[in-house]
Amino acid sequence: MLKDITIGQYFPGNSVIHRMDPRMKIVLSIAYIVMLFMAKGFSGLAVGVVFLAICYGVSHIPVSLILKSLKPVVPIILFTAVLNMFFVEGDPLFQWAFITITKQGLSTAALMSVRIVCLIAGTSLLTYTTSPIVLTDGIERLLSPLKKLHLPVHELAMMMTIALRFIPTLIEETDKIMSAQKARGADLESGGLVQRAKALVPILIPLFISAFRRADDLALAMECRCYRGGEGRTRMKQLKLTSRDIVGAIIVALTIVAIILLNIFFPLAIA
Amino acid sequence: MAAITVEHLSHVYSQGTPFEKTAVDDVSLTIEEGEFVGVIGHTGSGKSTLIQHFNGLLKPTSGRILVEDRDMWADPKKIREFRFKVGLVFQYPEYQLFEETVAKDIAFGPSNMGLSPEEVQMRVQQAAQFVGLRADKLEKSPFELSGGQKRRVAIAGVMAMNPKVLILDEPTAGLDPRGRDKVLGEIKQYHKTQGNTVLLVSHSMEDIARYADRVLVMNKGKVAMFDTTENVFARSEELAAMGLAVPQVSRICRGLAARGLNIDPNCYTIEQAKQQLLALRAGKGADQNA
Repeated sequence: MLKDITIGQYFPGNSVIHRMDPRMKIVLSIAYIVMLFMAKGFSGLAVGVVFLAICYGVSHIPVSLILKSLKPVVPIILFTAVLNMFFVEGDPLFQWAFITITKQGLSTAALMSVRIVCLIAGTSLLTYTTSPIVLTDGIERLLSPLKKLHLPVHELAMMMTIALRFIPTLIEETDKIMSAQKARGADLESGGLVQRAKALVPILIPLFISAFRRADDLALAMECRCYRGGEGRTRMKQLKLTSRDIVGAIIVALTIVAIILLNIFFPLAIA
Repeated sequence: MAAITVEHLSHVYSQGTPFEKTAVDDVSLTIEEGEFVGVIGHTGSGKSTLIQHFNGLLKPTSGRILVEDRDMWADPKKIREFRFKVGLVFQYPEYQLFEETVAKDIAFGPSNMGLSPEEVQMRVQQAAQFVGLRADKLEKSPFELSGGQKRRVAIAGVMAMNPKVLILDEPTAGLDPRGRDKVLGEIKQYHKTQGNTVLLVSHSMEDIARYADRVLVMNKGKVAMFDTTENVFARSEELAAMGLAVPQVSRICRGLAARGLNIDPNCYTIEQAKQQLLALRAGKGADQNA
């Protein structure tokens, strides 16, 4: 039941995108987000959609996974679409009492929905093709210039890595504690909100205690292996930019150029 | 009357996914009231999955479980009732403690049963006595206690529900030898005075040999053997094939018998072996005197 939750949605594979440098992937994902907002019309956005579809095709991520990642944002998409539909002024298409739907409203709504879908699907591609540990590694390296500003970049990355590492462990632990309390007759399924919140106490307290215990043990184990922060620490896996990263960067750059050109020559939709 | 009857029970984890795994495969068995049953099996043999069915934490994929001749899942809303009838002590149960005081923690189960405060109090006292907790410990925080004491508090928490069947999943894992003997002695004592059915899951063949009347051997999700302790440990080759062993003393007796000593090769407790050896020596002495 609890085990079905997937956090850190890494989908293992061996495609070109999987093997790209995480730093490049992060940068290109940001570039893709910028690209989506640069596209002013349907033609530009269509390029963005096609680009993403090709990326997903190359990475062999099943369509069902994309749909799964989009499920939680459906309400947000609907909400923005409805807001845009009713509140953008322009040529009325449909009028009833105080409700007016305009042509511009409709196209903005469609545009925004596609944009949000691409946004989520695009960033999900990053987490689907990059394991959480590699991802934090990439983030750490990207942020390392901030060390000069005395920002504890390594410590932050280490915290993220540890947090990600312990999610499955804690889920398993929660499952166990829940079973144990249920065996003692704890009723977790019925009752009102207050009652249910109270029923969580016998689960949360042991869970916290075990989390603290694990933290203590882990700190000790790290110290035993001479961990003393990021200073002078070398890595087992050196990140290296390769030709495929450069090719990826060039492709994204060309797509952005294409979108700019489309914006200039085909300023479709939205008046 | 049978305490627990299992009819063609199967359990499949993550059915319909690539991770599908049959943990319990068409198991049928009957556990009689008042028995002390030892449960052994290699890691992953399905014993934990099986015992979690006995108090309704897991629902069978197929098959039925009858507790006191009543189908457990006839009405899923009433499943809690069966959890009070069949108490389950998990592995490392001390990690489930959460209350401010030991007494309150032991009272969690009986309170959930909806008993009166006086009745709950009585149950707490009784359970504390079973596991040898002194009265002054009852008002302490469970987190101040030592590992072994915490374990006993957790076991008392289930005993206090006074279940008809008490199941313990490796109650001695991680305890020192003295703590182990103490906990097992307390469980035996509880079984004796209450006359309840007890199921003990253990990796220690010595413990099983010492306490169990009958032994259930699980292998690859199926019941490999379910017989008296003596009969089970007599089949040492089969047990070895499943990655299990017989008690060390059985191996010694067998070895001695193979070397021509007049000793029962199937004795499985130190007590039995001692008697046999003493009898043998007495016999020898008599021979020499004659």
